[in-house]
Amino acid sequence: MIASLSDVGVDYPRGPALGPFSLGIGAGEIVALVGPSGCGKSTALRLLAGLEQPTRGTVARAAGRGETAVVFQAPTLAPWLTARANAALPLELAGTARPEALARADKALARVGLAGAEAARPAQLSGGMAMRVSLARALTTQPRLLLLDEPFAALDEITRRALADDVLKLWADIRPAIVFVTHNVEEAVYMASRVVVMTAGPGRIAGEVAIDGPLPRPAGFRTTEPFRAKAEAVSGLLSGIMS
Amino acid sequence: MNRLATILAPVALIALLLGAWEAGCRLFQVPIYFLAPPSAVFAALIADAPALLKATGYTLAEALEALVIASLLAQGLALTVALSPLLERAVKPLAVVLQVTPVIAIAPLVNIWAGTDHPGRAVIALATIVAFFPIYSGAVTGLRAVDPDLMRLFDLYGATRMQRLTRLRLPSAIPFVLEGHKVAAGLAIVGAVVAEFVAGSGKVQGLAWRILEAGNRLQTAKMFAALVVLGVLGAVLHALLEAGERAGLRWWRGR
Repeated sequence: MIASLSDVGVDYPRGPALGPFSLGIGAGEIVALVGPSGCGKSTALRLLAGLEQPTRGTVARAAGRGETAVVFQAPTLAPWLTARANAALPLELAGTARPEALARADKALARVGLAGAEAARPAQLSGGMAMRVSLARALTTQPRLLLLDEPFAALDEITRRALADDVLKLWADIRPAIVFVTHNVEEAVYMASRVVVMTAGPGRIAGEVAIDGPLPRPAGFRTTEPFRAKAEAVSGLLSGIMS
Repeated sequence: MNRLATILAPVALIALLLGAWEAGCRLFQVPIYFLAPPSAVFAALIADAPALLKATGYTLAEALEALVIASLLAQGLALTVALSPLLERAVKPLAVVLQVTPVIAIAPLVNIWAGTDHPGRAVIALATIVAFFPIYSGAVTGLRAVDPDLMRLFDLYGATRMQRLTRLRLPSAIPFVLEGHKVAAGLAIVGAVVAEFVAGSGKVQGLAWRILEAGNRLQTAKMFAALVVLGVLGAVLHALLEAGERAGLRWWRGR
């Protein structure tokens, strides 16, 4: 286990948001959290990141500070920094010497297909490129746990698919555990080894679907019978919540 | 709209207004001490040019001096206050009271403190008070206007207070501080001229003094000449600072 939530509950002033909720994340596993808006998916992610404390229950994290990375829904880049300096930021905050931090940032940018764009500022990048910089920034620290909070929600379908493949390729390099939140059933089934479906208000687990098959996905995986069957299973769980 | 038309439109309007003014003065034989026609104002501008230039330099120097002092004080205080939310709460009511008090009402007091021998100091102090607030509130707002997700990212990587300040809050504040300086520069001129009226008393030879002196002698043409110079000075300073702000923003976000 790289991180786990045991019977956690989170209450906000407007009422309970999450729980009771338990989820264990194994090393190198890719877990998708799917559910209706306001089901506490992002809250669960922040608990795993250690950015928030639960009202009840316990959070265990084997991945320490610097071993956990988060990619938010927006690229969340500093506009005054170049792509390279943005990607180097986590290393510099951790005290890595600047030349080394920048060299590792360049490598991470090359891995997400941004070689040549190192000196660009966020305002000069497209939405997809900015998201790639955000991804590179998360990778520079070689995290053991990578948390993605609806990372592609603001992008068009073609860019989303390209980025999904990129994330899986990157996963194959350093094998971090990945937990990602999405509204998109197809995306969940395509990227995850396990899809966790959540109910709304307060968020609980409605069911899980294990997705087998090789990762990264082979070409044409989206049109195969197993893919369709798993997508239907997840959709079925979601319909169950809504009725 | 084509480019030429956008440039010509204001020029045409000004020419039209000046023409009507000149014609009105001649047609109705308006006494020159009541309303001088544009031709007389132009003549006064030429005749008075050396004195006006000197007065402009004087007022501009006061305003710029005030702007520099205000900039240092405002940014220094904003930074101090940014480090302590409690201090910010403590300063806020005082700042609001000082800001909403008309500068003209504080002038006599500042006049006494500066000493009657140093009216220039009083003028600079008053212009500084006026120029202080846009920079201060811009800097305070900017230091607080940090992207919350970037803040979380800094939390995640265990950034220290100092790292948060130098690598996140200070750079985030730059656009707000630039905007504050642009507004403050215009206000510094206004503040300097207003202060000259109240505190000048003949020893400060700025543009306000030119207006007062000409007014006392019913030389309306000279009054208008000084006003024209003041208007041009304000417009030029505004244009310069706007260009400065644009360049600053281009540097900040790389385009």
